Amino acid sequence: MSQQQIKILIVVVVFGALALIVPYSGSFVVLLATRAMAFAVLAMSVDLLLGFTGLSSMGQAAYFGVGAYLTAVLATKLHFGLGWDFWLVVIMGVLLGAALAALFGLFAIRAGGVYFLMITLALGQCVWGLAYRWNSLTGGDNGINMSGRPNFGLDLTNEVTFFYLVFAFFAVSMALMYLLVRSPFGQSLAGIRERELRMQILGYNTWLHKYIVFIISGGFGGLAGVLWAHTNGHVSPETVVLTTSVDSLLMVVLGGAGTLVGATIGTAIVFGLREYLSTLVPWWQYVLGGVYVLTILYLPMGLMGILTRIGERVKSESKDERLEKLATKPS
Amino acid sequence: MTNKLQKTLLAGCLAFGLGLTTQVNAEELRIGYISPVTGIFAQVGKDMVDGFQLYLDQHGGKLGGMDVKFIVEDDQGKPDTGVTKAKKLILQDKVHMFIGGLLASTGYALAPVSTSEKTLYISSVSSADDLTQRQLSKYPYFMRTSWTSSLPHHPLGQWACDNGFKKVIIIAADYAFGYETAGGFQSAFEACGGKVIQKIWPPLGTKDFGPYIPTFKADADGIFTTMVGPMALQFPKQLRGAGIKTKILGSGVSYDEFVLPFMGDEVIGDVSALHYSAAIDTPANQAFVKAYREKFGKVPGYYSENNYTTAMWLDEAIKKAGGKYPGPEEFIKIMASIKLDAPRGPVELDDMRNPIENVYIKKVEKKKMFGYDKDELWNTVIKTYPKVSQFWTEGKEKFLAHPVYDRDYPPCKFCE
Amino acid sequence: MGTQFWVVQAFNGVSYGALLFLVGAGLSLIFGVMRIVNLSHGSYFLLGGYVALSVISATGSWALSLPVAALAIAALGIVMERLFLRSGGALAQVRDVVIAFGIALVFRLMVGRILPQMIPGSFGSIIQLSLVTAVIAVPVYILLRRISATPIESDVLRQVLLTVGFAFLFQQGALDIWGGNNMDIVPPTELTQSIVVGGIYLPLYRVFMIGMAVAIGILLWLVMEKTRMGAAVRATVDDAQMARGVGIDTNRISMFIFALGAFLAALGGVIGGAFLGIYPGLDFEMLPLAFAVVIIGGMGSLGGAAIGALAVGLADNFGKALFPEVSYFTLYAPMVLILAIKPTGLFGRD
Repeated sequence: MSQQQIKILIVVVVFGALALIVPYSGSFVVLLATRAMAFAVLAMSVDLLLGFTGLSSMGQAAYFGVGAYLTAVLATKLHFGLGWDFWLVVIMGVLLGAALAALFGLFAIRAGGVYFLMITLALGQCVWGLAYRWNSLTGGDNGINMSGRPNFGLDLTNEVTFFYLVFAFFAVSMALMYLLVRSPFGQSLAGIRERELRMQILGYNTWLHKYIVFIISGGFGGLAGVLWAHTNGHVSPETVVLTTSVDSLLMVVLGGAGTLVGATIGTAIVFGLREYLSTLVPWWQYVLGGVYVLTILYLPMGLMGILTRIGERVKSESKDERLEKLATKPS
Repeated sequence: MTNKLQKTLLAGCLAFGLGLTTQVNAEELRIGYISPVTGIFAQVGKDMVDGFQLYLDQHGGKLGGMDVKFIVEDDQGKPDTGVTKAKKLILQDKVHMFIGGLLASTGYALAPVSTSEKTLYISSVSSADDLTQRQLSKYPYFMRTSWTSSLPHHPLGQWACDNGFKKVIIIAADYAFGYETAGGFQSAFEACGGKVIQKIWPPLGTKDFGPYIPTFKADADGIFTTMVGPMALQFPKQLRGAGIKTKILGSGVSYDEFVLPFMGDEVIGDVSALHYSAAIDTPANQAFVKAYREKFGKVPGYYSENNYTTAMWLDEAIKKAGGKYPGPEEFIKIMASIKLDAPRGPVELDDMRNPIENVYIKKVEKKKMFGYDKDELWNTVIKTYPKVSQFWTEGKEKFLAHPVYDRDYPPCKFCE
Repeated sequence: MGTQFWVVQAFNGVSYGALLFLVGAGLSLIFGVMRIVNLSHGSYFLLGGYVALSVISATGSWALSLPVAALAIAALGIVMERLFLRSGGALAQVRDVVIAFGIALVFRLMVGRILPQMIPGSFGSIIQLSLVTAVIAVPVYILLRRISATPIESDVLRQVLLTVGFAFLFQQGALDIWGGNNMDIVPPTELTQSIVVGGIYLPLYRVFMIGMAVAIGILLWLVMEKTRMGAAVRATVDDAQMARGVGIDTNRISMFIFALGAFLAALGGVIGGAFLGIYPGLDFEMLPLAFAVVIIGGMGSLGGAAIGALAVGLADNFGKALFPEVSYFTLYAPMVLILAIKPTGLFGRD
């Protein structure tokens, strides 16, 4: 088995085991896990930009928001998406997220580095303004209450069933994104991340590459939004605020950018601190802020970086041993 | 190993790892409380909890003879975190009921949880009109001990007519709470012959009113304002600084005791309306204000009073139920049968599970009150409208037939 | 709408822009010299206001609160810059000690909360707390020394996120120290009056804000253009490597600029506190505004910050007055447009 295959196997086994254990661990944990999984799709979409292309987007909440609002508006105004047509809503959510990204990308992709960060921030805030302001459609500050989850043979009001559905979406998203970054297209993205100028000289249309991955990332953002809306049963402008974008970025960096799995771990930790630790101690925010500062100072590769380091050490040690054996072999 | 044992073990392991240990005591009343205790609304969240806690402390931690387990959860000012925390309270702590929710959006987000989990939710602050109006039928396990946003502002509209106001400008924060407070004022004011001649909606959180003040029409004799939090401090100051002396008719929150101690003398004489004032001169209120101030070092506002009263209401209801919790439907019936004498005055539920309560027209005055020896700003009550319903004088059917107050409802007939 | 309307609106816009200049100038300078996008800049603004409130309540002097608050926050900025954004040598050890104690304290408190039976006895809880903390801190410190922090000078994103982490910490810290009430800084009565010019009321405080911004702008300009220090700063903005090459101590420059940026933001907080109030959440409200200023003006340029502040102040003011329907976009839409046309801002260079 190649090393890559072993890694995949580990990820599959770990997540498979989690999926089996979670439903037995109390309804609150199921709920937290569902929320984290849905949000992890968003975090991974950020990773696609940040970790694999080198674009730090501060406006990912925009796609998340349109996906969520689309779901809520269709469900409450048109009673659409509560049966089999749920799958249509999923597709529409992905397309809407992608379409918005296609629009925003026209503004944003030109800019590099800090300026990309700033312009995506501004674009994200425009969507927030719209959610807040477009009362007749979004319910303004009150948000939209959804009357229930879809039921198409599978009754998604059951928290465990819904957990498995979100888990499936999460797993498929991760697999798709993994395939994408391993594809030749993904390889050229990595090239752009490392040396954009060189790629340009080699004849790559780097703008187009970035534009396409931006759109794909927006699509996954939209998907995450659809899942999020059904997870909470409520959508409000709070879904689209700047902190949602910043959070998703921090989650990726915390777990380790450019690994997809890291984004998931980061999401789990932040949700754990925000929603679990906060039930235990009132000073959870210090811990969260502290975790960010520590990760950034000491773990530039995020938590996944620790695993990589250990892996490397094990590898180099076994190499040493082999060399030793070779040396001591009587000739 | 049997399947059940396996499950228990697994759950046990996880529960230990996460530190979840819930002991459910049959004799106690478990109350979950949701408010923002961290983040930017932390102080309001604390005031809410303090109000409830004060009543508990005064009664030896018991309500209606039952020991109370009072569990506070932090919603961080986010509706969806509120939902998660409510579910935590219900699923893990097995609470009998959950209370609280500050923001209107949190109230909206929490109400469906009560339906899906069949657990009583008592909204003790959150005031979104429609929850106890057009949407109530969706939420059979929901009731309110506080107010609807428009409730105190209908009487204010009437009072404005009675006191010679003819043309009023509305300036209110651009969100649902702003629309509902302003809508209540406008509909009542225009019903008795007044005219709203201009409506301005600055975004929530506006502190620089420079762009808006110069656009005010000069022929107005009153300005209705809904300013929340930090907005409330800046608006009167900037208005007077710009040389405009038009009288202010404030919504309750523009001048409530949460912001009042931080205001300057320019607000003296400003009028506002709410279902509570710390300056209500009754023995019940005086006792409450003194006890609260002694314990927490500040004058209570409606955030605290509403929760104190909620605890008092629960106390009566549990007593009436015979020292036990009879389940949500039965409990709501008992709550509805109680006529309470709260610090804010007499309170009872209407048939849409919203309080019928006094509305106080208040004027900011600098004076000494309740024997405190310092001159302070107080919301002196200048008129009391007794037993006001959320439907004002219109009657339930007629009121519910028109849409919820919004940015464009009631329409501004006299603008331009 | 008569002339009076336009005059008043322009005056309001300029005075708002004056406040924004104080916040934006520091952010712009920090970026220019250090290439750091400082997301805790809004926190400096808010903390400045809070310190001023404390000074006022202790001494009753508003005038005193201005320099005290600004200097206190400048010191905070220096600590943050030295220990976390540019650390090396002995300071790295100091930082590791600080962090080790932080981690140990959190760990101790967490264990005490989740598994209280694990904590033996309770002899004088404070002594016990600090003893246990110190004991835990030692291995943590050793571990931190072994991992050793990776320098973040060259990594824009990590710098940004580090400052976000601090912004969260500052927010909660301010809440715990000063509480969550909405407060207001009250300037001397002379400044709360209005003057009447040609039938138009001009609040003196707004005039004062404009005056302060102009004075500080001129002072900054003089420092930048006429002093050796300023020349060194300009050289560093243009090309840090070259500046180092000709013997400029860019390390000291960076400390100076970071302190100056924090100083200006805190000064803005005290001045703005009487105009906007001081309350939790103000930090994250000011941050996008400061960004808008810097983005429109271009990062690293003092003149750009002035133009940007004026543009944002006027656009926001006239936008809200003339098109209240789209008031949520009057700030961000121009920002997007300018960035789309000229990604480095009006006066920025790459």
